[in-house]
Amino acid sequence: MQTFLYEDIVPLFPELTVATAAIVLLMVGVFRGDRSTRSLVWAAILALAGALAILVQEPERSVIVLRGMFVADPFALFAKVLILVGSGFALVMSISYIEREAMDRFEYPILILFATLGMMMMVSANNLISLYVGLELQSLALYVVAALRRDSLRSTEAGLKYFVLGALSSGLLLYGCSLIYGFTGTTSFDALTDVFTERGTQPSLGLLIGLIFLIAGLAFKVSAVPFHMWTPDVYEGAPTPVTAFFAVAPKVAAMALFLRAIIAPFAELTGQWQQVIVLISIASMLLGAFAAIHQTNIKRLMAYSSIGHMGFALVGLAAGTPEGVRGVLIYLAIYVAMNVGTFACILCMRQKDGMVESIADLSGLSRNHPVRAAFFALFLFSLAGIPPLAGFFAKFYIFVAAVNAGLYALAIIGVLASVVGAYYYLRIVKIMYFDAPAEPFVRPIGGEMTVVLGVTGAFTLFYVFYPAPLVAAAQTAAYALFP
Amino acid sequence: MLYAAIVFLPLLGAIAAGLFGRLIGVRASQLVTCLALTLSGVLATYGLYETAVVGPDKQQIVLFTWIVSGDFDVSWTLRIDTLTAVMLFTVTVISSIIHWYSIGYMAHDPHIPRFFAYLSLFTFAMLMLVTADNFLQLYFGWEGVGLCSYFLIGFWYDRPSANAAAIKAFVVNRVGDFGFALGIMAVFFTFNSINFDTVFAGAPAVAGKTFEFLGAEYDILTVTTLLLFIGAMGKSAQVPLHTWLPDAMEGPTPVSALIHAATMVTAGVFLVARCSPLFEYAPTTLAFVTVIGAFTAFFAATVGLVQNDIKRVIAYSTCSQLGYMFFACGVGAYSVAIFHLFTHAFFKALLFLGSGSVIHGFSDEQDMRRMGGVWRKMPVTYAVMWVGSLALAGVPFFAGYYSKDLIIESAFAAGTEVGYLAFYLGVGAALLTAFYSWRLLFMTFHGPTRAHHEVYEHVHESPKIMTVPLLLLAVGALFAGVAGYDAFVGDGRAAFWREAILVLPGRDVIEAAHHVPLWVKLLPIAIALAGIALAWQFYIRRTELPGALAKTHADLYTFLLNKWYFDELYDAIFVRPTKFLGRLLWHGGDGRIIDGFGPNGIAQVVIQLARRASLLQTGYLYHYAFAMLIGVAVLVTWLFTRTGGGAP
Repeated sequence: MQTFLYEDIVPLFPELTVATAAIVLLMVGVFRGDRSTRSLVWAAILALAGALAILVQEPERSVIVLRGMFVADPFALFAKVLILVGSGFALVMSISYIEREAMDRFEYPILILFATLGMMMMVSANNLISLYVGLELQSLALYVVAALRRDSLRSTEAGLKYFVLGALSSGLLLYGCSLIYGFTGTTSFDALTDVFTERGTQPSLGLLIGLIFLIAGLAFKVSAVPFHMWTPDVYEGAPTPVTAFFAVAPKVAAMALFLRAIIAPFAELTGQWQQVIVLISIASMLLGAFAAIHQTNIKRLMAYSSIGHMGFALVGLAAGTPEGVRGVLIYLAIYVAMNVGTFACILCMRQKDGMVESIADLSGLSRNHPVRAAFFALFLFSLAGIPPLAGFFAKFYIFVAAVNAGLYALAIIGVLASVVGAYYYLRIVKIMYFDAPAEPFVRPIGGEMTVVLGVTGAFTLFYVFYPAPLVAAAQTAAYALFP
Repeated sequence: MLYAAIVFLPLLGAIAAGLFGRLIGVRASQLVTCLALTLSGVLATYGLYETAVVGPDKQQIVLFTWIVSGDFDVSWTLRIDTLTAVMLFTVTVISSIIHWYSIGYMAHDPHIPRFFAYLSLFTFAMLMLVTADNFLQLYFGWEGVGLCSYFLIGFWYDRPSANAAAIKAFVVNRVGDFGFALGIMAVFFTFNSINFDTVFAGAPAVAGKTFEFLGAEYDILTVTTLLLFIGAMGKSAQVPLHTWLPDAMEGPTPVSALIHAATMVTAGVFLVARCSPLFEYAPTTLAFVTVIGAFTAFFAATVGLVQNDIKRVIAYSTCSQLGYMFFACGVGAYSVAIFHLFTHAFFKALLFLGSGSVIHGFSDEQDMRRMGGVWRKMPVTYAVMWVGSLALAGVPFFAGYYSKDLIIESAFAAGTEVGYLAFYLGVGAALLTAFYSWRLLFMTFHGPTRAHHEVYEHVHESPKIMTVPLLLLAVGALFAGVAGYDAFVGDGRAAFWREAILVLPGRDVIEAAHHVPLWVKLLPIAIALAGIALAWQFYIRRTELPGALAKTHADLYTFLLNKWYFDELYDAIFVRPTKFLGRLLWHGGDGRIIDGFGPNGIAQVVIQLARRASLLQTGYLYHYAFAMLIGVAVLVTWLFTRTGGGAP
C-alpha cells in the first residue's frame, strides 16, 4: 500500500553506505577468515569516511522519512559526524593493537560498523520504536565487541556483565515506552509533542513514571549514576581499542538520543524531567570525581572520568534550553577529541612484554618519552578543564547555560566537582613528570598513532583560537530540536 | 626647572648606578652618582641664595597631576620657600660630601654600585619630602626615605644583626607612620584638602573647634597635630619611638652620617616646622612636643655616657640633639630648631665620618675600649673630631654654640612651665653632652692604647678621598653657625623666613630669647666647659675613677648601660605578646582551624569519600542490577516529592 519514493531514500544514504559495507565485509571475512582482518579494518575505515563524505554533502534541512520513523536534520547531522569520526579514530587506533596483541578477528571491524549503523539510526530516530531498534542494533554489537577476546577471562566477564545489565536497561526502557504509549496513545515524537500542547499542562502519573523509566534506560547508555555500574568493569575488561571505542562513539550517540527523546517530545514536561536529570547529573559528576581518585588502572580511571563527563554534559540537558543543548553538543565534540587523544596515549603504553595499563607504569614518562608525556599532559589538563585548552570551554558553555537557566546550585556543584576531578588528572601529570622513571615503553608508536595524536592534540590546544565553526554548527543543530 | 633639576638629578644617578651598575662598572657608578649629587648641591646653593635673598615669597612648580577624585585633588608640585631652600641646601651639600667620602670608605666592598644607588635614591626621596606641596607628596618622600633607610641599614645583608636592625627600624617607623597617616586623614577630614595652602589658610577658622569620637569631644587641631607629631617621633627617634636609631648603626658609617644624623631623622623636625601654621593653634600639642623633646634630649644624653661603641655614642647624641630641636619647636622657636638642624647636620656628619675614619684606621674596630693613643697617627681625623665635638658641646664660636644655646635660651624665654622644664633638662643634657663627647675623644685618641698590637701598628690616617670631605665638613662645623646666625634667628630672620614659618603674634620667643638674663646666657657655656673638665678628670687624670664610680653606683650604671631598659620593656609588652599571638593564630588559627577544616580537612573528607565510592563497585552483577532498580525507585520518589506528584 505504501511505496518508497527515491526522495525517501536520499537522506538514508550514509546509513545505507555503512550497512552495505558491513554486509559486504562480512562476506569477505567469512570467506577469507582472520587473515583479512587488517584489510577489513582499512575497508571499514574507508566505509566510514565515505559515509561521512556523503553526510556532509547533504543539504542542510529537516526531513522526516520512512513514515515518520526517521528524521534527518542538522542535529542528527552533527551527532552523526561525531559518531563517524569517533568510530573511525577508534578503528585507526586499533590497527597496531590488533597485530601485536593477536586480536585478529575479522568480526571486529564489522561489529564496529554495525554498532555505528545502530548509533546513526538512534540519533535519527523520530519514534519510540525506531529509537529502540537503533539502540538494540548498537547494543548487541557492543556486547559482542566487549567480549571479543573470548580467551580472556576479563574480556568475557566484561561482555557478559554488559549484556545482562544492558538487557535489564532495555527492559526498563521498553517498559517506559509502553507506559508512554499507554497513556498517550502514540509512539511518534511529533505526535507526543502535539499531545502535550493540546491537552494542557497536567500529565498523568503513569506517563511520568514511563518517562522516568525511559530516562533510566537512556541513562544506562550514557553511564550516568546510578546506572553506571557496568562502566568501570567493562572499560577495564574489554580490549583497550574497544574501550576507546566505547568511550567515544556510543557515548555521543546515547547522549544525542537522550537529547532527542527528551527535549522536543516532552518539552511541556520540562519542569518534571528537569528534576530527575539534575539529580542524576549531580550524582554522576560527584561519583566521577570522587571514585576516580583511588583507581590504579588507567582504563578504570577513564571509566570514572567518562561518568563524570557525562554528568557535566547532562547539566546542559538539565538546562533544557537551546543554549544548553548547544553546550552539550560542543561538549560532546570536545569530549570526542580529548578522549580519542587520551586513549591514543594509553594505547601507546606498551612495554617489552606487552600492554600495560597501570598508572604506576607512567612514572617518569617525561624523561623516557618527553613528547608522549607532553601530549598526555595536554589531554589530561584539557580533561580537567584547565584554560585555555578545549576542555575548559566545554565546561564553560555548559555552566553558562545552567546559570542562565537559573540552575545555580547545579552549576556550583559542577564547578566544585570539576575541582575535585582535577586532582586525579593532575596526579597523573605529577606521576609522569616528577616520579622516578619506570621501565620505558616500546617505540615507535606507529604513523597512524602519530596522526591521531597530532590531530586531536591540535584541536585541544588550538580550539581557543578558532571556536566559531564548531559553535555555529552546534547552534544550528541545537535549534533543530526546538521547533 | 632649577629646582626640578635639584630634586631629580639624584634620582637619575640612582637609576644609572642601580639599574645599570653592572653594565657601567664600579668607577662609573661612583662618578655618576657623586657628580649628579655635587651638581645638585651647587644648584641648591644658588637656589638658597635666590629664594632667601632675592627671590619671591614662594614658588609652586607643578610637575603633573597625581590623583583627582571628587574633592581629593593632589598633584606633584615642588613648593619652594625658604624652609625648603634651607633643607635642599643642607641635604644636597651634606649628601654630596658623604658620597665622595663613601668612595674611600666603601672601597673594598663588593657591592659598590648598589650602595651608591641607595644613597642617591635616599637623597631623592628626602628632596621629595622637603619640596612637598601637600601631605601626600610629603608622605611619599617620608616612606621613600624610610624604605631607603631600611635598604641601607640592612646593606650588609649577610649579617643577621644588620637584618634585625633594618627590620626593627622599619617596624618602629611603621608605628609612627601609622600615626602620620591618620594625621593626614584627619587633615582631609577637617579641611577637605591636603594641599598645604588650603590647609594652612583654613587653620585659624578651625582653631578651638571640636569633633565627637566615641562619645567624647576632642579638639580637632590638637588631635590632628598630635597624630602628625607621632609620625615625627617615629622618624626622628623621639622617646618612646627612639629604639631603632642606635641599632641602625649596623649600617655602613656613611649611611649613619647621612641618614641617621644629618638628614632623614630631621624630617620630623621639618614636618613640625612646615606645619607650624597648624601647631601654632594647638598649644596642648606644643606642650607635649616640648616635654617629649626635652625628655629625649636628657634621656639620650644619659645613655650616651656609658656606651662603648663609638657609633652608638654619637647615635645617642643625635637622638639627644633631635630632642633639642623638638623642644625648640614646642616653645615656638621653629626657626631656631631649623637653625640647629642646619648646624647639627654639619658637625654630626663630621663626627660620624670622623668616627668612620677612626674605625677604618683601627681595622673595623668600633669598641672604644680597644682604642686609644693614636692621636699622632691620624692627625686630621683627630683635629676634625675636636672641631665636631666643640661644635656639639656648644663651645663659643663653633656652629653648635649659636644654635644650641639659643634653643636653651628660648626654652627659658618661653616662660611657661614646660619651657622651664625643657630649660633645666636642656642644661643638664648639655653637661652630659660635653662629658660624653670628650669621653669619646679621650678614649679614642688619648692614653695608652688598648688595641691589639697588630691593629695598633696598622693604624693609619685615612686617604685623601676621606679626609678632604672631613675638612669640608669641619669648615661647616666651624662657620655654619656664625654665617647663618643673623639670617636664621637674628635680626634678618623676618626677611629670611617670610611666610615659610608661622609664629602667632605675641609668641615670638626668639626676640625674648635675645633678652634673657645674663646667667641664662652664660650657663650653657659654663656647664659645657665643666663637662669637658670633668671628662678630662675621669679619662686623662684619674683613669681609675670611671670604674670605681660604676662599682659604687652599679644599679645606675647598669640602668644606663641597658638604655633605661626600653628594649626589654618593649620586648615584654609588645614583641613577645605579638609573637605569642602570631604563633597562636599560626598554629591554632591557620593550622588547626583554617587548614584543618579547610584544605586539609576537605582533603581528608575527599579521601574518605573516594574510598567509599570505590567500595561501591563490588563486581557482583546482582549488586549492579539492584542499584539500577533502586535508582529508578529513587528517581520516581524524588520526582514526586519535588513536583508534588503532578497527577491530574
